[in-house]
Amino acid sequence: MAFRALVGAAFALMLAPVLTVMVISVFRQEIVSFPPSGLTLGWYVNAWERQEFARGFSTSLQVATLAMLIGVPLGTAAALALVRGRPPGASALSTLLLGPLAVPGVVAGTALYMFYLRAEFWIDSDITSTLGGLVAAHVLLTIPWTVRLVTASLQGMDISAEEAAANLGARPFTVFRRITLPAMRPGIIAACLFSFIQSFENLELSLLLVGPGRTTLPVAMLNYLEFRVDPTLAAVATVQIVLVAVLMLITDRFVSIARTV
Amino acid sequence: MGNLVLDGLGKRFGASVAVERVDLDVPQGQMVALLGPSGCGKTTTLRMVAGFVPPSEGRVLIAGKDVTRAPPHGRDTGMVFQSYALFPHMTVAQNVAFGLEMRRVNRADRESRTREALRMVRLEGLEDRLPRQLSGGQQQRVALARALVVNPAVFLLDEPLSNLDAKLRGEVRMEIRALQQRLGLTTLIVTHDQEEALTMADRLVVMERGRVRQVGTAEDLYERPADPFVAGFVGRCNLVEGALDSPGAFRAASGALLACAGGPPPPGRPVLALRPEHVRITPAEGGPARLRAVTYLGAQTEYHAELGGTPLVAVLPTPGADSPLRRLSPGDAVALSWEPSAARLLPAARHDEKGA
Repeated sequence: MAFRALVGAAFALMLAPVLTVMVISVFRQEIVSFPPSGLTLGWYVNAWERQEFARGFSTSLQVATLAMLIGVPLGTAAALALVRGRPPGASALSTLLLGPLAVPGVVAGTALYMFYLRAEFWIDSDITSTLGGLVAAHVLLTIPWTVRLVTASLQGMDISAEEAAANLGARPFTVFRRITLPAMRPGIIAACLFSFIQSFENLELSLLLVGPGRTTLPVAMLNYLEFRVDPTLAAVATVQIVLVAVLMLITDRFVSIARTV
Repeated sequence: MGNLVLDGLGKRFGASVAVERVDLDVPQGQMVALLGPSGCGKTTTLRMVAGFVPPSEGRVLIAGKDVTRAPPHGRDTGMVFQSYALFPHMTVAQNVAFGLEMRRVNRADRESRTREALRMVRLEGLEDRLPRQLSGGQQQRVALARALVVNPAVFLLDEPLSNLDAKLRGEVRMEIRALQQRLGLTTLIVTHDQEEALTMADRLVVMERGRVRQVGTAEDLYERPADPFVAGFVGRCNLVEGALDSPGAFRAASGALLACAGGPPPPGRPVLALRPEHVRITPAEGGPARLRAVTYLGAQTEYHAELGGTPLVAVLPTPGADSPLRRLSPGDAVALSWEPSAARLLPAARHDEKGA
């Protein structure tokens, strides 16, 4: 009983901010106060009409999609090499690959910014404030998740299934395609989801790397906040929350997230 | 020449020898068991035949063809894995059809042969189940069907029964043996269970620490073991260290004098090997031996006795209710006897020559 209450309290604590944001997004008054003077969808209209949000949304979508498409295959290859190749120093390598999780986003962002400036000097072409530079940075966010999730699904697999396939006449590539890849599938799908969300919601890493006219949605929201505090942000955030929730629900239909992660 | 030939096959991992020069010739249709405790190299030997472990020396010949360097998919073997190794994302029918698909058998033949294989292992009706929806025994039969459907030149079984419960194990044992004989499959089975090996195989290869200790039929190994290891591993055996006192009399290390077979003693220090069922026991007031424990096992009774400091076990069919043996209890004095020819002298020192 006490345990149930504790679980209930934990859930309430986790969901309260999310619900608060969603509720505030329909309050009529500009300065948030309780009780609301009325309800409106006006802030959603405002968010829709302000082009920085629409552009930010589109940029974030592009960056997240590209980062996912690049990072997940890379991370999957790394996981395969770590689990199957067992290279010397495999555990050090896997710690290194999980490294980006341990470095605070602002620190990593600043370091990348300085690195990009240096690199720009050498290759004589822009990196900061380009889509490519941003995507490259976000790939760093996707790799630790992918490595971790795909490694877990590989470790849960019976290697003798691969041997059985070879024994039945399958060549190495056929074994990979017909046996190994399906075993990694839940891990890869979950990795796609988490990579996308990590990138889509990232603020700190992107802060210094975005350029004029190419801000991501979280950066656009922060910029807006510098000048005004009204429920428009709550409206934008609600859209973001719903999008992520929908993605998770769709993914969960293909693989059980609770079992994979 | 047999259908499967191992010619001086050996495997070293670094400095340690996993398998030392195994020679084996399995004729078409024969079932040979590799028997030994864990770590004796039997599984490594099997995996060298399947192509998963590259040998350090020697050759593997399947149907007369040298496949020593061939990859697993290039050898015509059908293997049943200890864990069954079913493909978890494929149905029973897809699992069984996989090997046929790899051999580019057309769809119609594939379906009929898959159906036939599933009927053979009595799994018809379960074609569309996933492996996780099957019991352990059913999974095992899918693994059998999957390996057999491709008509392999050599059938390989890696501890196929170790994941089944005791009751099922006996059943499946008979089933595998019947299938193997009906299909005339050249078979190599790896097991640590001597009963399994004795009941299923035509010939047994007893291995220990990478070496073949003896090759022979169940009868050969049981009645004419080559050394104390084989005597102790295949069936139970009283093994007594000591030295030959005079022809037919063995002086145990403890000092007791035991009757033994005549004839020339083996080279080196001898060990006396005496099967427990060959030991007779009689109550004897002031007898030379003392009873330490009596274990009633239903049909049989085990008597643990001590003769002049040497422990000896006798196993007898449980005597009738009015037999004087039934009144024996630990501490009683008894006499032990046996046919001298039943007490064989085996060489204690490790020897390098192998059996036939």
